[in-house]
Amino acid sequence: MALTFIKSATAAGSPATISFVDGSSDVVFDNTYNEYQFHFVNIHAGTDNAAFGFQVNSTNDPGGGYDTSQISSTFFKAEHSEGGSGGSSGYHTASDQGNGVALQRMSYSQQMDDDEAFSGVLTIYAPSSSTYVKHFVAKGNYVHHSSHYSQNTYVAGYINDTYPIDEIRFAMDSGNIDSGTIHMYGVG
Amino acid sequence: MALTLISTPLNITTSDTAVTSVDITSGIDGTYQSYEFHCVNMYPETNNVNFCFQVNAATGSNTAGFDQVITSSSARAYLKEDGTGGTLGYDANSDHHQEVSLQRILSTGTGDDADQSVSGILRLYAPSSTTYVKHFLAEGNGADHGDYTVNSWTAGYINTTEAIDEITFKFDSGDIEAGTIKMFGVS
Repeated sequence: MALTFIKSATAAGSPATISFVDGSSDVVFDNTYNEYQFHFVNIHAGTDNAAFGFQVNSTNDPGGGYDTSQISSTFFKAEHSEGGSGGSSGYHTASDQGNGVALQRMSYSQQMDDDEAFSGVLTIYAPSSSTYVKHFVAKGNYVHHSSHYSQNTYVAGYINDTYPIDEIRFAMDSGNIDSGTIHMYGVG
Repeated sequence: MALTLISTPLNITTSDTAVTSVDITSGIDGTYQSYEFHCVNMYPETNNVNFCFQVNAATGSNTAGFDQVITSSSARAYLKEDGTGGTLGYDANSDHHQEVSLQRILSTGTGDDADQSVSGILRLYAPSSTTYVKHFLAEGNGADHGDYTVNSWTAGYINTTEAIDEITFKFDSGDIEAGTIKMFGVS
């Protein structure tokens, strides 16, 4: 079995964030694996029109505010409304980052109706490297708040930091995570 | 889905052990319906190069080398580190139409700065089929030589009905100075 389960975290009590920190609460996020996957299942926003995303702390900023690791990323999506209109694909400039330190979006303008959420997978390569930037690729699908669009997102980039990354935090850019589960795996 | 680690054909960290290519000549057969090749921090000797693969049907009629006919498409999104130039588009330089040259995957124009590399996954479906062409999907991200992040999505098929049992990975110029490649079977 090369996909090794590490930990699940459920958004019990509508937390503002969900974090995975190496060495804490059975989390392994170091050089044990050369690749990590985070599987998101039905991440439901507590606030309408919010974005779900992640940021990290490097070993240069242990326990920090998830606001110092620069990310360069791209974001594109395909969408189609429940009404059958608006089928399109395109780049989304508001969700990319050029050496930015903000929450890296994996969705945006997420709908918060009771049956609507985000699901997907984030892969991070070699977070413990002290040589290279840290590449990541994410893809997901969710319900966009405008006219109930199915929105398929493709996000990728690198954390432009040569310090090892051993802490990651998931959050909405507004409001709490109302419910949902994140499963963390090591690949190797 | 279960991933089974078959082998780690590359795991090098310094230029002292650089290789021109990584040729996998065993372990690709009918045991699994699909195979994944996880390539992590592939670091090039040469600036502005493209990470690629090709395949061989060693037991088929064309055993001359890694030169199978491929038809493929490729798209990419990129953005410069200064936040400019965010673009999504088709990459006509990375597609194939019945061509036998190296197939670019995962990113383009990878730089050779000390912290630059390319990472991603190539999925190859039913390579041992003697009925169908062999489909593949690749997704990855790289650090471009001009300080762009480049996310590439490439897919296509190896247009042969002979069983594919060998694969090579390399940059289209210069050596692989560092990186890890793991081969998994998917069941």
